[in-house]
Amino acid sequence: MSKSIASKNAAPSNQNQAARKSTWRVVDIVVVSVLGVAIGVIFWLWSAGYGLISAFTVAFPPVGALYGGGWLIAGVLGGLVIRKPGAALYCELIAASVEGLLGTHFGFTVLLSGLVQGLGAELGFALFRYRKFNLPVALLAGALAGLAMGINDSLVWNVAWAMEWKLVYVVLAMISGAIIAGLVSWLAVRGLARTGALSNLPSRGAAIERAV
Amino acid sequence: MGSWAHRGTTPARISAKGWGWQHSGRTNKAVHDLDLEIAPGERVLLLGPSGAGKSTLLHALAGVLGDDEDANEAGELLIDGYPVAESRGRAGLMQQDPDAQVVLSRIGDDVAFGAENMAVPRDEIWRRVSASLESVGLKLPLDHPSSALSGGQKQRLGLAGMLAMRPGLLLLDEPTANLDPAGVVEVRDAVRRSLDESGATLVVVEHRVSVWLEVVDRIIVLAPAALGEPGGVLFDGPPAAVLAQSRELLTAAGIWVPGYVPAVRPREASSTHDAGELLLLEACGLGVSRTKGRRRHPGVPIAVVPSVRVSAGQALSVTGPNGAGKSTLALTLAGLLAPAGGQLLATEQLARGAGTAPLKWRGRQLISRIGTVFQEPEHQFVTGSVRAELLFAPKLLGRGGDSVDGLLTRLRLDHLADANPFTLSGGEKRRLSVATVLAASPQVLILDEPTFGQDANTWAELASLLTELLDAGTAVISVTHDAAFGAVLGGEQLVLGAPEQMPQGAASLLSAESVVQR
Amino acid sequence: MSVDIIATPRSTAWLARANPLAKLGAGMALTVVLLVSVDWVSATVALVLECMLLPLAGLSARMLLLRGWPILVAAVVGGYGTALLAPKTGELLLEWGPVTFTSGSLEAGVAIALRGLAIALPGIIVLASTDPTDLADALAQKLRLPHRFVLGALAAMRLVGLLVAEWQTLGMARRARGVGGEPGLFRGVKAQLGQAMALLVQAVRRASRLAVTMEAKGFGAGPRTWARESSFARHDLWVVAGGLVIAAVSVSAAVLLGSWNPVFG
Ligand SMILES: Nc1ncnc2c1ncn2[C@@H]1O[C@H](COP(=O)(O)OP(=O)(O)OP(=O)(O)O)[C@@H](O)[C@H]1O
Ligand SMILES: Nc1ncnc2c1ncn2[C@@H]1O[C@H](COP(=O)(O)OP(=O)(O)OP(=O)(O)O)[C@@H](O)[C@H]1O
Ligand SMILES: [Mg+2]
Ligand SMILES: [Mg+2]
Repeated sequence: MSKSIASKNAAPSNQNQAARKSTWRVVDIVVVSVLGVAIGVIFWLWSAGYGLISAFTVAFPPVGALYGGGWLIAGVLGGLVIRKPGAALYCELIAASVEGLLGTHFGFTVLLSGLVQGLGAELGFALFRYRKFNLPVALLAGALAGLAMGINDSLVWNVAWAMEWKLVYVVLAMISGAIIAGLVSWLAVRGLARTGALSNLPSRGAAIERAV
Repeated sequence: MGSWAHRGTTPARISAKGWGWQHSGRTNKAVHDLDLEIAPGERVLLLGPSGAGKSTLLHALAGVLGDDEDANEAGELLIDGYPVAESRGRAGLMQQDPDAQVVLSRIGDDVAFGAENMAVPRDEIWRRVSASLESVGLKLPLDHPSSALSGGQKQRLGLAGMLAMRPGLLLLDEPTANLDPAGVVEVRDAVRRSLDESGATLVVVEHRVSVWLEVVDRIIVLAPAALGEPGGVLFDGPPAAVLAQSRELLTAAGIWVPGYVPAVRPREASSTHDAGELLLLEACGLGVSRTKGRRRHPGVPIAVVPSVRVSAGQALSVTGPNGAGKSTLALTLAGLLAPAGGQLLATEQLARGAGTAPLKWRGRQLISRIGTVFQEPEHQFVTGSVRAELLFAPKLLGRGGDSVDGLLTRLRLDHLADANPFTLSGGEKRRLSVATVLAASPQVLILDEPTFGQDANTWAELASLLTELLDAGTAVISVTHDAAFGAVLGGEQLVLGAPEQMPQGAASLLSAESVVQR
Repeated sequence: MSVDIIATPRSTAWLARANPLAKLGAGMALTVVLLVSVDWVSATVALVLECMLLPLAGLSARMLLLRGWPILVAAVVGGYGTALLAPKTGELLLEWGPVTFTSGSLEAGVAIALRGLAIALPGIIVLASTDPTDLADALAQKLRLPHRFVLGALAAMRLVGLLVAEWQTLGMARRARGVGGEPGLFRGVKAQLGQAMALLVQAVRRASRLAVTMEAKGFGAGPRTWARESSFARHDLWVVAGGLVIAAVSVSAAVLLGSWNPVFG
């Protein structure tokens, strides 16, 4: 709510602020949903591209994990834009569902992947108690989402791989998550904030916040 | 629960006591010190120059304004004695952009959405849905996709959704801005019919007084707070009295009172029509379509224009009903869409060595030759401030930005030079997008609905600017529903037929005389 | 041109009339069973049975291929990767530098590829026959998920269909401002990125406007009713039973043939 001039000197109570942080307004829900759905469409294209990419990774399939960071953007971006508990998880889940709606080779497992990856990103933000949303936090959230993705994939898709390859896969997934999901999302949010598009969202000041 | 039958059906009372609103990041108040009482069932036309704060007030009344922490509010604004934020759903708001009205993907579901939120029982919802679709004249199956509607149909859908909520207060923000003349009458009559049934209070914003004159029983004119005037209400009273007493003052404030066409700098009766006619762009048998054709399945043109010749210093206005393909034609002529048939050639005077097909020109070559203003201004904003937006093209072309300040002042954007383009009012956005294209001084100007949302003063300034450019040798093609604007610029008129009336999308060219006669 | 995700007309297939939750439940049960069993017998049986369901979802083989070819590619690639990286058991089939295939690893690869297809197909069948609006109704009314989030997501989906069309318009609008259209790969990529950013901005702005519309229609203010009732009927039972039967038959076949190989076994 906007502050009224009359009650300007009455400092808002801490309790009030805390409540605002965790209650979702309609605009928060709709914006994060739209981001989720839009990224879901991109995921879908990204999945189609996976076939192409895998043609290059035939010699050494774990490198495919480097591509995986693309599937983690939704969580980190959603968390950075809405800055509320659950935003990262919800955004990643929506994106995964939309990817599923458009049809992908992951079938229903996209929902599982979305859940797991979203939880990974969520954990990154939760570690800082939803107070900090700078570059290191974004990178951490991306890396944790990558960790979640790596473990999940190793259990679901790469079950038959030997253990050391699974490890390599997980590490590469974390790197990819930090760079593709963490860095790119952070840059995107800054760019968005600069255009004023985020003016009625908690991240409106992202463009002028310090990187670290 | 349980009160749904009564909630919202009784007309609402509005009262503002010293209410004011300052958007975040602005030094001026959008609305200042507003004192207002609107009785239940009153039908009010809200007027005011562009940027006077009309949309801001409507959003506030709908209870959807207050999410910005840096904005400042003063005084109080009440509906039925309660603060607006608590009476959400009491008012039905129709925003300026018809695309933003639609929520769900089938029209039946979309109309039902508001009523669902008011916790109306299921049977009653569907009864209301059919009744409101009927009363706005949208005769389509309930599962018709809401994305496959023309602009006018979308406006009607939005209206039907509001009516199904049985709101006590109807808030309409320029509900007919993009409609063709027939659509304007239809939407207005739909509103009137529903008001007669429900008796709800109405607040409608529109620049043109004549459209709503027979519907409203009160006119309120807002004064812009930005211009250092006292702000608040400038005039208030029954239409006849306000128009009779203060006609001069109203026209001075830029209100479109009936029968008034503001003075525009006339065109010089120069000799451009004589021997020295300089042909710039020529099209014959031009078919236009949004969908790109492939080799084996060429795009099906939505309109075919037999012949267009665009010469230096000449105006051409394109008119026709909604959905006739006017914007598509404009985009094709501008070298942005590939023709779906026929040919579009730029003469050497225009091409200056860049080749005869505008579609192949590079961005930089295009803007100094053909400038295009899109129907939706927001698409064209590429920077973060009004001034940067205007300096963008001159910088790209390696010119100085001397003309920029002049343009800012003439189009009344000077006080907004540092504002973010996306935060401007509807009319201000429109003027900015015209100005950005003018800043590149192209030889051919293509304007899609350049005058919508303008008050009479900014309208006159825009028209005068264009007559100057015409006299200086710029060719101006304008797509418009605004007959007065076409008449002021003169030149030829191209009328596109409605798609269903003319299956081949035939177009006819009226001569300059017949335009003047209108 | 436009990929209007959810404006496609409601499918008239038999499965389209089932409650989305029943379909989801059946599909997920089958998916879980296939996930835990990694062998070619259960995968093949499930795949064959699933293909028999295609007509019920109104999907023809041609449509499936058109829509699902990336899935085929991905399955083959996944199988190949596994054949390469699985522990090398059985006899050596091929050795070429570091690339070795053994009969054991090859079998694992074939199993993974078939399993991939068998997992992907239920998703396609269910989703091709499910209308997002029905799904949202079911999730909110039957599963009692918070309605603000479910409907927010549904409204967002419609918006994204519009944004796909907007990409084209934005491209033209930016070219008219002189952005893009310059030669060179680097400049091309830069222009594309700029346009993607512009689309993101439009997406967020439209989302805010949509939120205003929804709030003005009283959304999120309190309890609401539902114009469309989501209900279960007799043939939902058939759907759930069908999913369970396929899962049971494929695992039984694998167990009978002695090839069943549960992941966590
Ligand atoms: N979100 C916003 N942030 C900052 N300033 C804004 C915002 N919206 C509007 N303004 C400014 O507030 C003033 C009033 O805008 P408003 O949209 O209410 O005008 P209006 O009377 O509806 O004008 P028009 O007839 O052009 O639509 C304008 O100067 C505008 O630039
Ligand atoms: N982005 C788009 N993609 C596909 N089709 C479109 C698009 N925009 C418009 N159309 C369709 O093309 C046809 C012509 O549209 P166009 O915008 O050219 O009409 P118009 O004459 O400018 O109408 P208006 O007066 O409402 O602006 C319409 O039937 C419309 O539904
Ligand atoms: Mg306005
Ligand atoms: Mg148009």
